[in-house]
Amino acid sequence: MATETLTMGKALNLGLRRAMEDDAKVVLLGEDIGRLGGVFRITDGLQKDFGEARVVDTPLAEAGIVGTAVGLAMRGYRAVCEIQFDGFVFPAVNQIITQVAKISARTQGRQHMPVVIRIPFGGGIGAVEHHSESPEAYFAHTPGLKVVAVSNPVDAYWGIQQAIASPDPVVFLEPKRRYWEKAEVDLDATPEPLFGSRVVRGGDDVTVLAYGPMVKTALQAAEAAAEEGRSLEVIDLRTLAPLDLDPVVESVRRTGRCVVVHEAPVSLGLGAEIAARVTETCFHSLEAPVLRVGGWDVPYPPARIEEEYLPDLDRVLDAVDRAMGF
Amino acid sequence: MSTVPPEVADPVPGSGAPHLPPQPDLVQLLTPEGQRVEDPTYSIDLGADELRGLYRDLVLVRRWDVEATALQRQGELGLWASLLGQEAAQVGAGHALRPDDMAFPTYREHGVAWVRGVDPLHVMSLFRGVDNGGWDAAATGFNLYTIVIGAQTLHATGYAMGVQRDGAESAVLAFLGDGATSQGEVNEAMIWASSFQAPVVFFCQNNQYAISAPIERQSRVPLFQRASGFGFPGVRVDGNDVLAVLAVTRAALAAAREGQGPTFIEAFTYRMGAHTTSDDPTRYRLADELEEWKLRDPIARLKVHLAHEGLADAAFFAEVDAEGDELAARIRSGTTSMEPPPAVSMFDAVYAEQTAPLAAQRAEFEAYQQSFEGAGH
Repeated sequence: MATETLTMGKALNLGLRRAMEDDAKVVLLGEDIGRLGGVFRITDGLQKDFGEARVVDTPLAEAGIVGTAVGLAMRGYRAVCEIQFDGFVFPAVNQIITQVAKISARTQGRQHMPVVIRIPFGGGIGAVEHHSESPEAYFAHTPGLKVVAVSNPVDAYWGIQQAIASPDPVVFLEPKRRYWEKAEVDLDATPEPLFGSRVVRGGDDVTVLAYGPMVKTALQAAEAAAEEGRSLEVIDLRTLAPLDLDPVVESVRRTGRCVVVHEAPVSLGLGAEIAARVTETCFHSLEAPVLRVGGWDVPYPPARIEEEYLPDLDRVLDAVDRAMGF
Repeated sequence: MSTVPPEVADPVPGSGAPHLPPQPDLVQLLTPEGQRVEDPTYSIDLGADELRGLYRDLVLVRRWDVEATALQRQGELGLWASLLGQEAAQVGAGHALRPDDMAFPTYREHGVAWVRGVDPLHVMSLFRGVDNGGWDAAATGFNLYTIVIGAQTLHATGYAMGVQRDGAESAVLAFLGDGATSQGEVNEAMIWASSFQAPVVFFCQNNQYAISAPIERQSRVPLFQRASGFGFPGVRVDGNDVLAVLAVTRAALAAAREGQGPTFIEAFTYRMGAHTTSDDPTRYRLADELEEWKLRDPIARLKVHLAHEGLADAAFFAEVDAEGDELAARIRSGTTSMEPPPAVSMFDAVYAEQTAPLAAQRAEFEAYQQSFEGAGH
């Protein structure tokens, strides 16, 4: 059994490599992904091994990356787009929302759109403006897209391969501050389904939901809470569209309390939708309102004060305290 | 009466210039008077059957267009985007394509659809609001209409990059209008096509207006000259001359297939009708201009040529007109009898692999609908 200790970045690299080996129609498009290997080195070495026709250093034009991916898909290719940073996806949003998301419905299913749009997202790396954003709600709000956010090397390795194999478009969110986190990855395992949530720590008092970079934060909060005798159940949502709330409903019916954590601004974020859904399905089990922990409703702040913007262990525990106080 | 002094100066005076074909640089093989002329670069040699075939297509697509406008006025279509005046540009471009080529239209290329063998009813269903276009893009080599201005030029370029990777000798024809040349995505498409030498031809029908905005608002240089800035050839062709359009587009597609990269074709034409049936062009353009362009009609000139050269007689013209009436009748009956799909179908092709939440919402919708059916009977 081939088990390797991999960073998330390396796991993504190996996952992309394996997807390209498995399917000659897989083509990578992005800025600086070829010779440089990407600014985060996620595509390191792939152009050398698969050639310039399959790992394409594109012009500096994000709408072009996604728009040509659409055309490649129409010709039978599976394009994997790298958007260099979250804040640079916006020039491509027209293509993503008016085209990528709608072509299956427009064609009554005659034309599928197997396009993957990889986006390193989230903050915590001390970056300049536009390099720390969490745009997931825009995409999760758009019918026709599927949106996943990985939190660990195992899901990164398998998830990128599953996203590429999917006949539907997938916005694939990679928590850039976790690129260097390591885990054991069994390269021969049978992967979990891409579009499913998972309980990553069992508990009885409060259900804490997180995805992407905040899963680690939630787990740290659960550790700290345990020292105070509080038992948090942590669920890694993994998929944001479609949402898989079955494990959440099962958990909240037991705990009666639910806290949703994300880096994106709280108002109209994923947490709002989840709170509504949990309230609809678990109303009679709830001991407290569903609480949300997230970024403030401000443009992402300068790096020197981003720690005050980002949810951390203390803010998660504060919400847990409030949930327990009802 | 006092005049109000302008508080804001007009930074670009002179945008009211007449929109007539400037003769320099215009490729023309058939004059508005129906006379065959030669061009130093482009030539075409068509037999009588082919010439009559082009005439037939021009007449039939115009007849379709007239019927569609009437159907919209009668409430049978939600909207119609007329191609009136642009028949030669579209029929000529359509005939330049080979079966294995791919075309990416805007929403006005009914003439290209016709030449590609798309059933007009599959276009009518879009404008009736029954679907978003009912034809099979892969089977017809004609992509679905794209309504967002210019977005399809990137799809065409990406598709052409796929053609390159297949090692195929096919070409791609990307349609756009004069207004679209201002879009960032169109400029990105031309940069990509040039950088990768993709086998794509940009076919711009400059019909002088983007709804109400005249071409001067989009460009201070002739559009075909833009191509040189992207690093590939630009050609201005008389868009009302089906022979010139066919010759120029054929040459550009052949060059693309041979690996010579993209070409930008500016088909200089005029939108004789409104932007769509929702538009009122009398608010922004002069009747004189329209009258000038009527003298350059794309169909009349080919008819004169055919008659003058003895290539077609009165019986042929009558036969084509009759065929047009039959087509119009078929379009009318097919359109008016077109039923909308069951509402629940809106859930069915959002994804290739249906999601559990959407399946649940579909069931919720069905149950809601059935609750009325049960109560009503």
